[in-house]
Amino acid sequence: MNKYYWLIPILPLLGSAFNGLLGKRAGKSVVTVVGLGVVFGSLLLAISAFFAMKALPDHRLILNYGEWMGTGSLSVPFGLAIDPLSGTMMLVITGIGFLIHVYSVGYMHEDEGYARFFCYLNLFVFFMLMLVLGSSLVLMFVGWEGVGLCSYLLIGYFFETDFAPAAGLKAFLMNRVGDLGVAIGMMVLFAAFGTLTVSDILTQAGHLAPEVGFGVLTFATLMLFVGATGKSAQLPLYLWLPDAMAGPTPVSALIHAATMVTSGIYLICRLAPVFTLTPITMDVVAWVGAVTALFAATIGLVQRDIKKVLAYSTVSQLGFMFLGLGASGFAAGFFHVFTHAWFKALLFLGAGSVIHAMHHEQDLFKMGGLKAKMPATFWTMLVATLAIIGFPGTSGFASKDEILYLAYLKHPALWVIGVIAACCTAFYMLRLFTLTFLGKPRDHHAFDHAHESPVSMTLPLAVLAVGTVAAVWLGWPKAFGGDFRIEAWLAPATTYGQLHAAHGEHGSHQLAWGLAAVSTLFGLGSAVFGYFSYKDGLAVSEARAAKFPFLHTLLLNKYFVDEGVELYLLRPIRWFGNVLWKLFDVIIIDGVGVNLPGALVRVFGDFTALFQTGRVRNYALSMALGAAVLLYVFLK
Amino acid sequence: MTGMDAILQGGLQGYLVVALLLFAIGLATVLLRRTLLMQFMGVELMLNAANVALLAFARFRGGDAQATVFYLFIIAVAACEAAVGLALIIGLYRHRNTTDSDRAAGLKQ
Repeated sequence: MNKYYWLIPILPLLGSAFNGLLGKRAGKSVVTVVGLGVVFGSLLLAISAFFAMKALPDHRLILNYGEWMGTGSLSVPFGLAIDPLSGTMMLVITGIGFLIHVYSVGYMHEDEGYARFFCYLNLFVFFMLMLVLGSSLVLMFVGWEGVGLCSYLLIGYFFETDFAPAAGLKAFLMNRVGDLGVAIGMMVLFAAFGTLTVSDILTQAGHLAPEVGFGVLTFATLMLFVGATGKSAQLPLYLWLPDAMAGPTPVSALIHAATMVTSGIYLICRLAPVFTLTPITMDVVAWVGAVTALFAATIGLVQRDIKKVLAYSTVSQLGFMFLGLGASGFAAGFFHVFTHAWFKALLFLGAGSVIHAMHHEQDLFKMGGLKAKMPATFWTMLVATLAIIGFPGTSGFASKDEILYLAYLKHPALWVIGVIAACCTAFYMLRLFTLTFLGKPRDHHAFDHAHESPVSMTLPLAVLAVGTVAAVWLGWPKAFGGDFRIEAWLAPATTYGQLHAAHGEHGSHQLAWGLAAVSTLFGLGSAVFGYFSYKDGLAVSEARAAKFPFLHTLLLNKYFVDEGVELYLLRPIRWFGNVLWKLFDVIIIDGVGVNLPGALVRVFGDFTALFQTGRVRNYALSMALGAAVLLYVFLK
Repeated sequence: MTGMDAILQGGLQGYLVVALLLFAIGLATVLLRRTLLMQFMGVELMLNAANVALLAFARFRGGDAQATVFYLFIIAVAACEAAVGLALIIGLYRHRNTTDSDRAAGLKQ
């Protein structure tokens, strides 16, 4: 089977090419078969590759397809590296990706650009697999840029509107900032290790001692983390993700919740042995993650657009993941990636189902009472909501509380921030859930026309709900008496035979249970509070908003960060650009550099042209004068 | 010693003064007249001024025949040149209906 594994990323690429070039002529049914077929084929091959890798003693299946480029000491192979980390990610991408493809068949069936949509979606799967499976940082970077491109294309999918292309551009530009960080980080790593092949870097890193103070590796990892903040929407580069909700909902679920936005976490997990060597970077990662988690969660408290709430929730949950990574819990952070992929994809698809039923109404305040109309969506959303608020026993509880526990061991303040963020999460999720499904309908016209979504949409919801519940099997934390399988499972990838292997310190069970009890009590309290605030409509919350007008305005306007960026960053840049344009370009380059020499030559030419009269006598005179001068010179 | 005395005494300087005068007249004609025919005659005058100087120098160096032979060749070549020059002037007159050199300034642009 080994010789077919190159098809895992290539199949979706072929599907994308077909759908893009011939899809429109071939018709919707062919597009559906090709678009879903290639991803399903990839999924089957991925499962096969996964078990082939698992059967190997060192859990590392490296497939090389020759050299891509080489110069000097740099040699970049075309290669796929399948190990527990990339293998798990590969299954998430093809598995959840396939479910979302199925869902899209129902969600997009009326859309004009059906073939275009599947072309982009398949292309995304290709690039995401390249990012995850690439055996060298360069190949991963190709995937990294490629998913950014697909994200841009899919956010701006509804290109007839004004805001969608602008949102796509915003995402693209903000990611450029981060990508520059990745490129610099890569170069520094090459300078430090002399190779860009991941397994070589990790092997070498295994022999190094942790860096004291701010050294080369700290710089490299910080730069990589800048890239991670861009792709994974952390402070300060998070602004693009809420706007990215302009894309179709399946895209929000696949790219902006389950897979692409977690690639920042993946990158850090991939290079975990290097990050372990740099304690300063780890502190930065933890604190940025914690602050982002709280910051985004508070904004989520008051948003009216159902997808915006989920977008801020995603930013916040990604913050939790970084918090876990920063606390040396690579397995914990990645486990949250895994559980989050299930329940957040489910939440987005559920929201998409609601939006579909309400004829593209996204305003929570106009929903309500949909439980009766959409039972399948209701029950699956309930599962996901319980998971994300960390209801005891759910997968969200397992991953979130493992992170909080590690955060406490790193610094109690991180734990406090995390718990407050978790309380906000519980509140806004119950607010979303109550406003959507419970209470009385607030827009009777839309409510009367609402209907349960077709089976191609509810089936993926059901599968994702099962996954959400089952994910807990992989990682019931050790602190709670489980075996946290995922840590042992990922160990070959995250420690890589390191001398100073990262393993979160493990305190006592009592401490773990105590911390979990506190956070869960607060979380559930917030959830109940959220439920009672909104179960009878909007009156209670409006009264509360009137009581704290400043806070409410601040949160509703997302801390005015967009406005601040516009005022203090974009406007000076634009002003500076104008100066460059009008001073340097127009005056110095065009004027002094180009037009001035031209003008001088012309003036000189005009002057000398005066001597060219066309009259023989004048020429004869100058000849005579010249001869006279020569004569004088020679006879002197 | 004035120029006229030199001529009367038959020295070299007298010949050279004649050559100089001839050359000056020829040059002035070329520079001041606009009629091509006259300018052409000016050119011929200058040429012959040079010939006078050549023969004078030859004579006062010992009178060998080389310069005389050389002069005969120059006369022959000058005759050819005169034929070509006159043909050009006639050609110009046929095309432009003028022999005014200032009006034949078409190559200026």
